[in-house]
Order: sequence, then structure tokens, then C-alpha cells
Amino acid sequence: MLELTTTRHNPLIDPSLHVWGWEIPVYLFLGGMVAGMMVFAGMAMLKTSKGEDTRNFFSLQTPLLAFMLLNVGMVALLLDLSHPLYVWAIYITFMPLSPMAWGSWVLLIVYAILLVSALIRLPEAWPWIGRTLPVTQKASDWFVCSPARMRALAWINIVFGVAVGVYTGILLNTMVARPLWNTSVLPVLFLVSGLSAAAAALHLAAKVFGKRPAPQGMISGALAALGQPLGPQPPAPHTAESLQRADIGLLAVELVLIFLLLIGLVTSSTSHGAAAGLLFSGKYAVMFWVGVVAVGIVVPLVMQLLEMSHRIRHTIAPAVLVLAGGFALRWVLVNAGQASAIVSAAAGR
Amino acid sequence: MTALSRRRFLKISAATFGAGAAATQIPPLTHLAHAAASPREVKTVATFCEMCFWRCAGIASVRDGKVWKFEGNPIDPQSRGRLCPRGSGAPGAINDPDRLRTPLIRTGERGKEAWKTATWDEALTYVADRMQKIKGAHGPESIAMLYHGIGVRFIQHVLKSYGCINMAGASFAQCRGPRDVGFNLTYGQGLGSPEPTDIENTDCLVLIGSHLGENMHNLQVQEFSNAVARRIPIIVVDPRYSVAASKARYWLPIKPGTDLALLLAWMNVLVTEGWYDKTFVAQHGTGFDKFVEEIKSATPEWAAKETGLDPALIRTTAREFALRRPASLIHPGRRVNWYGDDAQRSRAIALLNALLGNWGRRGGIHIQNGIKVAGYPLPKYPTSDKPFADNPNGEKYPFADEQVTTGIREATITGQPYPIKGWFVYSSNIIQALPNRAETLKAIDSLDLLVVVDTVPSEIAGYADVVLPESVFLERHDELQIGWGRRGWVSLRQPVVAPPHEQKPGWWIAKQLANKLGMPEVMPFNDIEEYLKARIEKSGWDWAKLKSEGVILGDRKPTTVEEGVQIAFETPSGKVEFWSQQLKDKGFDPVPKYTKHEEAPAGYFRLITGRAPVHTFSRTQTNTLLGDLMRDNEVWVNTATAAQIGLKNGAYVQLKNQDGIVSNKVRVKATQRIRPDTVYMVYGFGHTNPALKSAYMRGASVAGLTTKYKTDPLMGGTSIHSNFVTFTAEA
Amino acid sequence: MARFGMVIDTARCVGCMDCVVACQTENDVPTGFCRDWITTEVRGTFPSLTMEIRTERCNHCDNPPCVQCCPTGASHVEPFGRTVQVTANRCIGCKACIASCPYDARFVHPKGYVDKCTFCLHRTKDGKDPACVTVCPTHCMYFGDLDDPKSTVNQLLTSRKWHTLLPEAGTRPRVFYLT
Repeated sequence: MLELTTTRHNPLIDPSLHVWGWEIPVYLFLGGMVAGMMVFAGMAMLKTSKGEDTRNFFSLQTPLLAFMLLNVGMVALLLDLSHPLYVWAIYITFMPLSPMAWGSWVLLIVYAILLVSALIRLPEAWPWIGRTLPVTQKASDWFVCSPARMRALAWINIVFGVAVGVYTGILLNTMVARPLWNTSVLPVLFLVSGLSAAAAALHLAAKVFGKRPAPQGMISGALAALGQPLGPQPPAPHTAESLQRADIGLLAVELVLIFLLLIGLVTSSTSHGAAAGLLFSGKYAVMFWVGVVAVGIVVPLVMQLLEMSHRIRHTIAPAVLVLAGGFALRWVLVNAGQASAIVSAAAGR
Repeated sequence: MTALSRRRFLKISAATFGAGAAATQIPPLTHLAHAAASPREVKTVATFCEMCFWRCAGIASVRDGKVWKFEGNPIDPQSRGRLCPRGSGAPGAINDPDRLRTPLIRTGERGKEAWKTATWDEALTYVADRMQKIKGAHGPESIAMLYHGIGVRFIQHVLKSYGCINMAGASFAQCRGPRDVGFNLTYGQGLGSPEPTDIENTDCLVLIGSHLGENMHNLQVQEFSNAVARRIPIIVVDPRYSVAASKARYWLPIKPGTDLALLLAWMNVLVTEGWYDKTFVAQHGTGFDKFVEEIKSATPEWAAKETGLDPALIRTTAREFALRRPASLIHPGRRVNWYGDDAQRSRAIALLNALLGNWGRRGGIHIQNGIKVAGYPLPKYPTSDKPFADNPNGEKYPFADEQVTTGIREATITGQPYPIKGWFVYSSNIIQALPNRAETLKAIDSLDLLVVVDTVPSEIAGYADVVLPESVFLERHDELQIGWGRRGWVSLRQPVVAPPHEQKPGWWIAKQLANKLGMPEVMPFNDIEEYLKARIEKSGWDWAKLKSEGVILGDRKPTTVEEGVQIAFETPSGKVEFWSQQLKDKGFDPVPKYTKHEEAPAGYFRLITGRAPVHTFSRTQTNTLLGDLMRDNEVWVNTATAAQIGLKNGAYVQLKNQDGIVSNKVRVKATQRIRPDTVYMVYGFGHTNPALKSAYMRGASVAGLTTKYKTDPLMGGTSIHSNFVTFTAEA
Repeated sequence: MARFGMVIDTARCVGCMDCVVACQTENDVPTGFCRDWITTEVRGTFPSLTMEIRTERCNHCDNPPCVQCCPTGASHVEPFGRTVQVTANRCIGCKACIASCPYDARFVHPKGYVDKCTFCLHRTKDGKDPACVTVCPTHCMYFGDLDDPKSTVNQLLTSRKWHTLLPEAGTRPRVFYLT
């Protein structure tokens, strides 16, 4: 029997670590979604560069939607900081061993990429600006009509999208102190989950905003451009299906990755096994199995399969569940991860 | 922010990568927390601590007008330059937000905490008036004093000058009294404060209930730690696996109440096996044969039945300490008032040490040395015809050589031998210190005057008519500390900072009171520095040097027989009394006899208590530093017992004692570190005075549950381990 | 250049918390927070028990995850003594260092930056020992240069059995516990 006592009672640290609250799961979720959207946008841009479907809705205002979501995510991050007035300190140096430093600089670049990717489509979403400032139309054409430039922009989107998608996973992965995160499956899981969430979000957007034409006025056009990231064209009928197929694949892969995560934890050290225990039983078990696995992955996976084979009607339900599940995954991992700790090897006797 | 140009991006990355991958990229700036191009000015003042009776000398550092820290004084013999956590936490007493600020006069009923703020003049006039009334109606002997600490010196002097004779400290009847009486009966002297235990040089140390390490008797803990490092055999007898037990070679988890059986069995083994110091006994002992006769039947097998210990273990441990004599020590303990026969149990410890022949020996009980300090001319005290109220003519408690607090309390309730109508309480939380709170409250009811001098709103202050706020030790002068130990010393207390509100030092209170009572001549100096300086200079020392260094050391003198000391015993026989005629004459056992103490009723557990290293009794819980270290106590329950009853570790529960008294809720500590039939709580918690905001109702009060007690017939000591508790659901 | 480390004799340590109080006053640690603390480990079943008492704090590791994960370099290795320090006005309070520490040695200071034991850098620069080492009444704490073969800390590490905390974390801590 081991009795362990400590006199330490530091706020947020004792009796159990809890320095990251809702802000970090929100950011991780939105960041993952942004990463996924950048990958999809990049893939669509590749198609555009091959001459296919230049007005494909992925490449239209997906970057703009991603830009807005990223802003919300960054606000969440800023709210998490306990010494926010010094946030500039990240940008006067570069710490190559710090995944957060990498991520901070990458996000800076991502902002630029998203803005460029969104702005080149601006005249279509907001026809007023295209008419009023012909230079915007010219700039747009300069990009869109050049396969080489579109290809370059596409790959930049894909590469940085993947970077955003994995860096948070790497950040958590490097923390040997938190055995639940200390697995190299995590970065891949985050990326795949992010792609899945992006697919679901775009699918949702496609269903909700699909049929409306772009208003022509300045203010209304600007607002509409922000509010309906899909431009004047309704999405092609196969768009929802392609998203659904992508999502099915992504969900299936996610399930496999979660399986690998658990196997890995259970067959690693005592500490990793104890961390897995937080997911199998204890306060995070219900949220994990019901919220993340069942509601967030298995149910939407099955529903989308049935929808694909036209056994049930196509609804936005799976998309909503995937989004909920994606957030739940981040929430569980961030909270349970903080609760996990290295269990001294000599503890059992 | 616009997109970075490729050129700018590459420039940044080149610069940063180029500077070296793993090392930090920018030189760290000064820490905001320790900012300062130049260090802030620090002033140091020497003084001595009052966080406990050990009174270690220390050096206080003042920075920006505040006491920054309190550290040890390297030349202090009590502490060798290192303070205990209470000393280190002394600055927290200054910042205590709950500390008393101004004199208070009660406006409502006693104990209802209705006060009006008064000036010192108003408060002391009130006190003097009431005192004069009591003197007029009953005589000055009807005003008693209950006190603790060196700060009482001048207030006590004024009261004695006034004619008061009944003065008692709880440290006698509720703490070390039984021990000193037991040793006095055996060796002709008590052990005093601090005990002259030569742990530093001992080859075997036996602790009976003493939990050094949780009990922070500074020098003893240091010497104990050295003993552990020296890997000498340490034997700990304790129902609880204390810190000391964890460092012992042998832990005897004795059934509470049976220690005397173990001591008698040990003596039996030493005598039977011939492992005792025959020369010492022959040279210095008397009554040995009769003593042997008395302990003949106390075999280890008999003791095993009482104590629950293995007889082989009793023999083994006896051998360990016996064969290392005389540098072998049975520690006499300090707070020994456990079961009501404690003077006899302490006498048994004295006798066991005598069998080891360790009196005045290296590694045993060394001889103490003092230092001569000149006095100050003060008027003589008046004499009184009346007997002491607690123990008239020594008849009630024949061997008490100090006054008995609970005796004074009883006299107050009964009015016999004469009424006690006033209590002056100095720095002693009577409500938590004396057993059976109800009796204390009953006594208070019959008082015409209750004055409490304290630094915090203790429970007793809550019942006062007048509360007088004293400054904490870091803010005041006090009498010189004249120390006894391996060498004598004198230390000085002087203010480090001024008190923040209306608090005043004891000597000032005494002087004002003397004036009000029409006796200005008893406090003839205007400022206490006059008094202190006069004494120091008259003794031939440099006052300025003492103010700067804090301590004057006495000459090194021999402390052991090995160094040339001649031991002598001031018993009636002039020898170590293995068999005591004077005990027999008074109708007591001449050699300690074991009596079985009451067992716990079914479903109840004996409640035992002890100390935590960061607190002093019940008076440090609101200290900002110390309170944060330990906010409340816990009830230790054996893990198996807890499982049986359905108590979860960390859950809150209430304790109910055999008299139906229910405690405040307290957290359960389910642990293997205690016997299944016993529960333990640290003393001093469960405060009931709401003015102690950060300590109010935190933890449970052992004192509150100590309603049943036995009184030691030899000297009036009251037992503290006589209560049994069961668990009730948290209300 | 010196590489400071600490050796603690758990046989001597009684868990009195003097080190905790001394650190509080020396370093103006806000009430309710602590940079060092006492841990007790009890093993066995009554009455066959053993107990180890330790005073713990930041281990100033040789392979510090808290330095590696810091995005601004606020958490860094100080050249003098190679201790791990936090530059408050470079700290953004992202708390990655807190999550990365296997010993939970850090905390968020009320002023917003991350705080922890500094091995009393301001004292060691003057040739003094940290406050905790200086105050300890049982003399159970030793401080010195691990790269100096003649230092007391090294002598103790070669003459006594010792262990570190969570060696499996790979942090190579520089606080050693003699048993």
C-alpha cells in the first residue's frame, strides 16, 4: 500500500492539474477545422489549376470562412493567456524546440495565406468591389487564370494546413509529463479529426447557404459575402456527396487512430496505462465513449453510409454530430490529459 | 498584417537559426519579481523568538519598513543559528489580519462578542477599579493570574506587588508538571525547560510518545536528526507511526494507556538480566532492594498482555538501550499529562534512567549551567496569610511545586478556600488549554473581572470583560532571557518594527496599571531599556554590544561526570530514591504501580493528540504564513478501521465523545500510521471565536472533546488522553 | 561554469516545512502559493511501515521540458549555475511549461507570469546557499556544484545511496534524495 501526501496546494495545480480550461479545446477544435479547410481549399485550387471547375465552392470562400474561424480561435487563445500583454514576446525570437513557437509563426503565415486565398475570390463573392475597384478583379484574374500560381497557392495551403493540423498534436505529444498525450498517434489524430470537422462544416455550409445568390450592393454584398461563403453559384450536386465520401473515409480513419491510441497507451508504461484508464473508467469515460466515439464518429459514419446508399434521407444531422464529436474529442483530451500524470514506477507493492 | 515578403521571412529565420539551435536566443532580462539594479536596503535587528517557549535568538531583517524575514542567530545555543518553522513564520504574526488592534471593553453578555473600542486609559481604569473593588471586598488574593510566556514578567510583578498570590501556568498541570514532579521525587530536582537531554552524544535514544520532528523543540530536533544520521538505535514507543517512529530502528505501537507496564517490564528485564549500572546504584541509590521486590512481577510476558507488544521485542529493546549505558537515554518527554497517573509514570522513566546510570553522563541527562545576571532594585512583595487557593497548604496535591491552573479554576467555582473573583489571563488560551470547557465557563461566570492580554482574539479573549492587545514579540521589548543549558546565556528582546495599531508591550501595560493602582514605585523605570541596560551593565557587559549581537554567552563549564562534574541529589535521603519514603508517607505507591486505565466503549476509539511543526498550540492558526501551511487538522484513522466503518479518506466527519459532545467537522486521514483502536488529531484547531476569521471552525478541537479527565493526586496534573470518540455523519 | 544541484538527506528530513516558510519570506511568494513543499510516502501495512519524507521543488533539470516548450524563451537555462529560470517580462502565461513539468513544480503567479523555485539565484550570485538550505534545522539539505568533484554534493552522491524523482521522465533532474 502506498500513501502519498503533499503539502502543496497551488491553485490550478493541486489537487489535480487544470491550467487549461475551455479556451484551449475551443482553439484546438477551430484550429483543426481551419487546417482541414486549408487542405480542402488547396485540393480545390489544384483542380482549378488543372482547369476544372474554376468556380468550385471549396476554393471560393472556404479560405474566408477559415479566416473568420481562425480569428475566433485566436481570441480563445488570447483569453487563455495569463500574461497577455506580453504576447508580442513570441514574435521577437524563434525557439526551434518549442512546437508552440513553430505554431505561432506558422499561424502568422497562415493568416497571410488565408487572406490571399480569400481575397483572390473577393470580386466574385462581393460583386460590388469587383465593379468599383477593377484592380481587384485584375488581381483576382492574375491568380485564378494562372495554373502555375494556383498550383503554388494550392500547395502552400495544403502544406500549411497540414502544419496547423499537426503542430498542436505535436505540442501535446512532446509532454512526457502528461502520459495521455505522450503518443505519436496524437498529431495524426488531430489532423484527421480536423479534416473531418472541416468536411462536416463545409457540408453544413453547403446545405445551409447553398441556394442563395450574391446580393449586388456594397454593404449587403459585403455582409452577404461574409455570411455566405459560397458565392453566387450554388454548389454542384456532387459536392455534398464528395464531402460525404471524404468524411466517411476520414471518420473511419479516425476510429482506427483512436483504437491505435488506446492500444498504444495500454501497452506502454504504467503511467500510460493509468492514463488510458481515465478514458476507460472515471470521469471522462462517458464523454469519451458516448460523446467522442459513439455520437461523434460511429453514428455519423453509419448515417452517412446509409445516406450514400440512399437508405435514409440526406440531412445535416451527421455533419452536426461530427462537429460536436470533434469538439468533444478536444475537450476530453485536454482535460483528461491534464489529469494524467507519471505514476511513480515504485508505487505498487 | 500584410503577408511577409519571402526576403524578410528568410532574414528572420536565418538570424534566429544562425544564433544556435538549442540555446536561448535572447539574453534573459532581469526577473520582474526580483527587479532592482541596486539591492534594496536591509536593516537587521537581533531579538529572541516567542513563537514557543524555546525562545531561540534570531536576527530579523527589515526591508522597506517591513519585517522581511526572521532568521537564526549563529551564536544562540538554543538553536545553533537555525530557527524552526514557527520562528521563520514569525513575520506572519505581524500581518495577521485578525490580530487584536485596540483595547476592548465588553458591552453585552460574556462570550457574546459585543465590544466597544476603548482607549488604554479607559480600559486600564476599568481594570484598576474592578481590582480595587475585589481587593476591598475579598482581598488581593482573590485575583488570580493564568499565564504563559516570558512577556508576563512585569504584569505578574505588578500583581504580586498588589498582593496577588495565586498564579499558575498551564504548562505545569497540563503539560510538563507530572514529569518534573516524578524526576524530583527520584533525583531531587525537576528537569526544567529545556530538558537537559544529551541526544547529541547518546548511543541509544528511547522516545516514549515524544514525536520530535513534528514537535519542534529546536535543538532537540537538530540533535535527533544528528542521531539519525549517526545511525544509533532509536526506539520509539507510540500508538502512532510518528515521523520519529519512521526513523527509528524499533517502533513499538503500544496500546495507549499501558506505557507504565512497558516501563516496569523494562526495569524488570534490566534487573533480572543484570544489565543495569550496579556501580551507580550502589554509589548513588537507596531503597534498591525494596524497589526490586516491587517490580518483580512486571515481566515482559505480563506487560505483553497489557501493551499488545511482543515480549521478545520488549527484551530486545531493553538490551539495546541497557548495553549502551550510560550513554543511553530514555527521553523524559514534555507534555506528559496523559492518563492521570503521569507523575508516577514519569518517575518510572526517571528510575529507568537511573538504572542506566546516565545522570550527569555524556549521552544521558547532562548537568545544566546557567549564567549570573545582576538584578534590578524593585520593591519587595507583600506577604499573605492566606494559603494558595488551588492547593491550600499543599494538602490537596502534596508534591506540586508550582500552582495548578485547574485548581485555581476549581477554587473559583467552589469559592473554597476563599472566593476567587478576578482572573488576569496573559497569553494563555484557557478555553483550549484546560480540560472540560464547561467547567472553565462555569468558573468565568462567577468572576467579577476577567482581563485577557493577548495578541489574537483567542477563545478566552471572547469571554473577557477587558481585552488588552499586546504587540507581538517582533514589536516589543521584554525581560532578558536567562538561559540554562550546556552553557548559560542571556538574550535580548528589542523591537524590530513598531506595532501597527494600538498594541502595547507587556511592560508598558504593567507600568500603566501600576500607576492606576496607586503603586508607581513598583515600576520605577520610565522605559524598559533603562531596566535592561542597568541589569546588563551591572553584570559587567556592554549594552551596545548586546543590542547589536543579541546574545551574551556564559562561560563553558563542565556538564558531565566525564568532564569532572560531581553529581549530588537533593532528595530527603541525599540519594536517588528507588523506593520513595516520602511517597509512602503521603499514602502513594513508593514505586510506581501499573493501573489499567479505562477501555474504550464499543464503537469508540481513544483520542490521542500531539503537535504539528508549523503551529504552536492554538495561537498561530491565523498567522498568515503558518496558517497557509496548515489550515486545519485531520483525524487519523487506521485504514482498516476506516474501511470497516465506511469512512473515506478525505471525507469530512464529526466526532462525538463519550459525554455526547460533538466536534466540528474534520477531514478523515485514513492511514496505516496508527493503531486500529486509536484516533489522533493535532491540538489547537477547531477555533470557535468567529473573530479568528481564517481559523474559525477549521478542523476539530481536541480541547473541546476533552471533557473527561483524571487529576493526578500527587500534583494536580490533568489527563488529556482520557476521552473516547466515535464518528457521526457530517451535519 | 558551475552546474548547481541539491542533495537532500531524507533520513534527516522531518518534514517540518521550515524550508517552505523560509522560501515564502525570502522570495515574497504570495500567500496561498508555494515554490517548495513536503511530500511523504508511506509504504506497507500497519505495523510494518516505512516512510520517506522529502522536501521537493523545481528540479532544475539538465533536460528541461519546460525550457524546450517555451515559445518566447522566458523559460531558459541561466548561464550562471545552469539553473532553470523564468524571465517574467517575456512570459506570456501560455502555461505549456506547467503542463510539461512532470513534477508540477510551477504555478501561475497572481501577476500572470509563471513562477517557481529559482534556487535563490539572487543569493547564489552572492555566494550564499538558497534560503531553504540555509534555514533547515536538521541540516538535511546540501547545495553546490555538481561539476566540481570535490563539492559536498558530489561527495554525498558517491558515498550514499540516492534516487531522483521520476527518472523515467528523462528530465535528468538535479535534486538528489539520499536514502
